[in-house]
Amino acid sequence: MKFAVIQFPGSNCDQDCIAAINGLEGLHAEYVWHKETSLDDFDAIVLPGGFAYGDYLRCGAIARFSPIMRAVIGDARAGKLVLGTCNGFQVLCEAGLLPGALVRNRSLRFVCDMVTMRVEVDDSPFTHGCPKGTLLRMPVAHGEGCFFADAATLRGLNANRQVILRYADSRGRILPEANPNGSIENIAGICNRERNVFGLMPHPDRASDARLGSVDGARIFQSMVQTINVNRVTAASDRIKQVA
Amino acid sequence: MSRKYGEAMKVKVVVMPKAAVLDPQGNAVRDAMQHLGMPEVRSVRIGKYMEIDVEGKNGELESRLHGLCRDLLSNPVIEDYELTKNEEPP
Repeated sequence: MKFAVIQFPGSNCDQDCIAAINGLEGLHAEYVWHKETSLDDFDAIVLPGGFAYGDYLRCGAIARFSPIMRAVIGDARAGKLVLGTCNGFQVLCEAGLLPGALVRNRSLRFVCDMVTMRVEVDDSPFTHGCPKGTLLRMPVAHGEGCFFADAATLRGLNANRQVILRYADSRGRILPEANPNGSIENIAGICNRERNVFGLMPHPDRASDARLGSVDGARIFQSMVQTINVNRVTAASDRIKQVA
Repeated sequence: MSRKYGEAMKVKVVVMPKAAVLDPQGNAVRDAMQHLGMPEVRSVRIGKYMEIDVEGKNGELESRLHGLCRDLLSNPVIEDYELTKNEEPP
């Protein structure tokens, strides 16, 4: 199974993503430069963290117009799994693949810390094996990770169970003290309505090796693998049914 | 690269955070101003100001500029923009 890790000028977690994914059994990740125009060879797409195009103007504002983004948007609309971590999440919001926006941390400080998140749904393609209420620990490192959405968008996110992760304390309580950046309703990660595009500010790529203090990030990548395998089996059995 | 002949316009774009979006930078500056002896300051909002030189001058150019204001220069989810053009020759 092949994952693409997009490299924008200014990405700096691309190597972390490659190392994390290649460290998992049966998974292979490759860099894809932002000037490329096709992602046909890949089963899933990862937009890594960093400061694409220096984060000039707004985080992700210029990266969303990179040539590769046309392929990312096309493949996302066709149902391919797309994961955006940190800066990748910001790019996905700017590109309109995810609702809302990420703005300056409420504290005005760059936050670099280990956070705890609570899984909010049972059936996300990105958190298989992590039933509702599961706590995941991953690092954050960002200055503009405060999730914002207007009231109507927020209602939609909650009604359609698109909020996958919220910042929580070590006992799983959603408290302001557990919120590292002031995100509305402690939102740490959301998916689109179709549930195949997922963005989160924390770094699964930096939490996929026990030596780094947590392997919870690997569960996200493994869940993606599981989803892709299930989809393949479903597609194959649908074909068989059609033929039969 | 100013051309001797032909028209040009100077466009000013101001991008401001929407009222519903928290502006912690503005709040920090407001607090500093109050601290520095101006308790009358009620609020500060911080946005961006851009000056853009454009070759040519017509309605079509302007509507393309508005398009880019929405797509690139501002994010309509969190910001509003205002475009004004300077009619005077550069």
